[in-house]
Amino acid sequence: MATLTLNNVKKSFGKTDVIHGISINVADGEFIVIVGPSGCGKSTLLRMVAGLETTTSGDIQIDGRRVNDQEPMDRDIAMVFQNYALYPHMSVFDNMAYGLKIARTPRAEIEERVAHAAKLLQLETYLQRKPRELSGGQRQRVAMGRAIVRKPSVFLFDEPLSNLDAKLRVQMRLEIKALQRELGVTALYVTHDQVEAMTMADRMVVMNGGIADQIGEPLEVYANPATEFVAGFIGSPPTNFLSAEILGQSGDAKIGVRPEHTRLSDSGSLKARAAYSEALGAETLVHLKCADGTQFTVRQDAASMIPQEGTEVGLDWDPANEMRFDSSGRRC
Amino acid sequence: MEKRVKFKGLWLPILLVFPQFLITAIFFFYPAGQAIWQSLFIPDPFGLSMQWVGLGNFEFLLADRYYRASFFTTAVFSILVTVVSMGVALYLAVLADRLVKGSGTYRTLLIWPYAVAPAVAGVLWLFMFNTRVGVVTWYLGLLGYDWNHVLNEGEAMGLVVVASAWGRISYNFLFFLAGLQAIPRSVIEAAAIDGAHFWTRFRTIVFPLLSPTTFFLLVVNIIYSFFETFGVIHTITSGGPQQATTILVYKVYADGFVGQDLGSSAAQSVILLAIVSLLTVIQFKYIERRVHY
Repeated sequence: MATLTLNNVKKSFGKTDVIHGISINVADGEFIVIVGPSGCGKSTLLRMVAGLETTTSGDIQIDGRRVNDQEPMDRDIAMVFQNYALYPHMSVFDNMAYGLKIARTPRAEIEERVAHAAKLLQLETYLQRKPRELSGGQRQRVAMGRAIVRKPSVFLFDEPLSNLDAKLRVQMRLEIKALQRELGVTALYVTHDQVEAMTMADRMVVMNGGIADQIGEPLEVYANPATEFVAGFIGSPPTNFLSAEILGQSGDAKIGVRPEHTRLSDSGSLKARAAYSEALGAETLVHLKCADGTQFTVRQDAASMIPQEGTEVGLDWDPANEMRFDSSGRRC
Repeated sequence: MEKRVKFKGLWLPILLVFPQFLITAIFFFYPAGQAIWQSLFIPDPFGLSMQWVGLGNFEFLLADRYYRASFFTTAVFSILVTVVSMGVALYLAVLADRLVKGSGTYRTLLIWPYAVAPAVAGVLWLFMFNTRVGVVTWYLGLLGYDWNHVLNEGEAMGLVVVASAWGRISYNFLFFLAGLQAIPRSVIEAAAIDGAHFWTRFRTIVFPLLSPTTFFLLVVNIIYSFFETFGVIHTITSGGPQQATTILVYKVYADGFVGQDLGSSAAQSVILLAIVSLLTVIQFKYIERRVHY
């Protein structure tokens, strides 16, 4: 249990800057999700906290002590890797016990702690198996178990669910979150999946090109995106963006409206032609094209009217739901 | 995923395998068969007739003190060559694996000695350690050490071992480096986070994961030290002094071509063949069990 503080943390590879100064205070027991597209530096940031990458400048503090110059093993952290990074030649038990054995923990205590973790993760019957004899979800659990038994101050997750199939991902998402609550451990979780970020995070960090565009609670970020990028990245289907011009307004601002805030109505000021629609069962996504070629998506209930392809419809929304962004992408 | 090609007829597969079969038949099965056949005879001094002696050649050999000594010499020589060449190669591969910059240059330079033929390597080392004009001998002399592998059995053995192992290090290095680079980085990183320092990581993670490579190299190197080192020994010591470096394969040559005792030479090569087969079988049967694939 510990706090984690990043203070203006920067990273450069040679002359290329990849992290441009990120600051965040993580409270004890908080679950922070770092989300962003590939190449935004989120994994690099996590690896810097782990000590697998050096920090070019800025401070990383775990429980108030500066860990910049410490080896990974001295930072009191545990990490779950994307490919699990299990030791292929060791049994599940040995995988979990490895760190404890190196720390010369008494045999009885190792067995007790591994047994406890195995019970928590429903791995009791698999302890003598080798990783290659396990399914993807089980391997994932072993990787978590290896982290749990060491009782670290901070848990680090590097896209732990991206190698699992969609159904298992939803299940493991809930399990990881429940486990983190139960253990009360501080966690830093990296993902490119905005749904994972929305569902798991106490607070999320939306990263874009080495910069933290916004840090906040998921619903707050969703309702009040700080930048055009955040508005476009968080939410599925993404926010629609229109130029001020097409709405008959002056200036070079962009207007963002979420698909669920838009209505199809004949009275709408903006006209668009229905291109195609995706029926998902409970809802239907109608994709339209405005006169200037801008794509627009509207979320319709299954019960409501779905326009025929090619017909022209009007678009309408409550002005309170409009989000305005200036030319640099900032909210205005 | 396995890709299997299915042939419709029987002729094409036979045709494709035939060239390899022909080469193996002419250069392995035929001479090996001849050796087995000749080992049962003693030819007369002029090679005009052969006398059937059954297992006489083998009986004579196994009772021969020098032949038994050659067994011991071979064992010492093979173990030393294998351990030295694999140990040094592994050490260099671990260092090269850690390099980020310039690893290509190191790799290329370390591979070069492999291109040197054993006999040439032998001559190279012979010149360096020549008792009269050798550079290394001269420097050793300055340090007060009188190097003479022509008279000193231990020094002779040391020199042929080093010369044989040297060219082999490149080959082993290549395989070890490839093996090291096949280990996922994240596994090493996970061990680092788990608290393992470099040596612990090497002992508990890297070396076990490298075991398929190590096993393969062990088999190949032992066979190498049994046979292909002939050139080195022939150029440097010719089996001397006092047969201190006469390994089995050199004795086959010495007794057969120099001593003209073709029956004994054939019998020796049959024994050699049996020993290498046996060693390989043992390796695959017992050591491979401990290998993690």
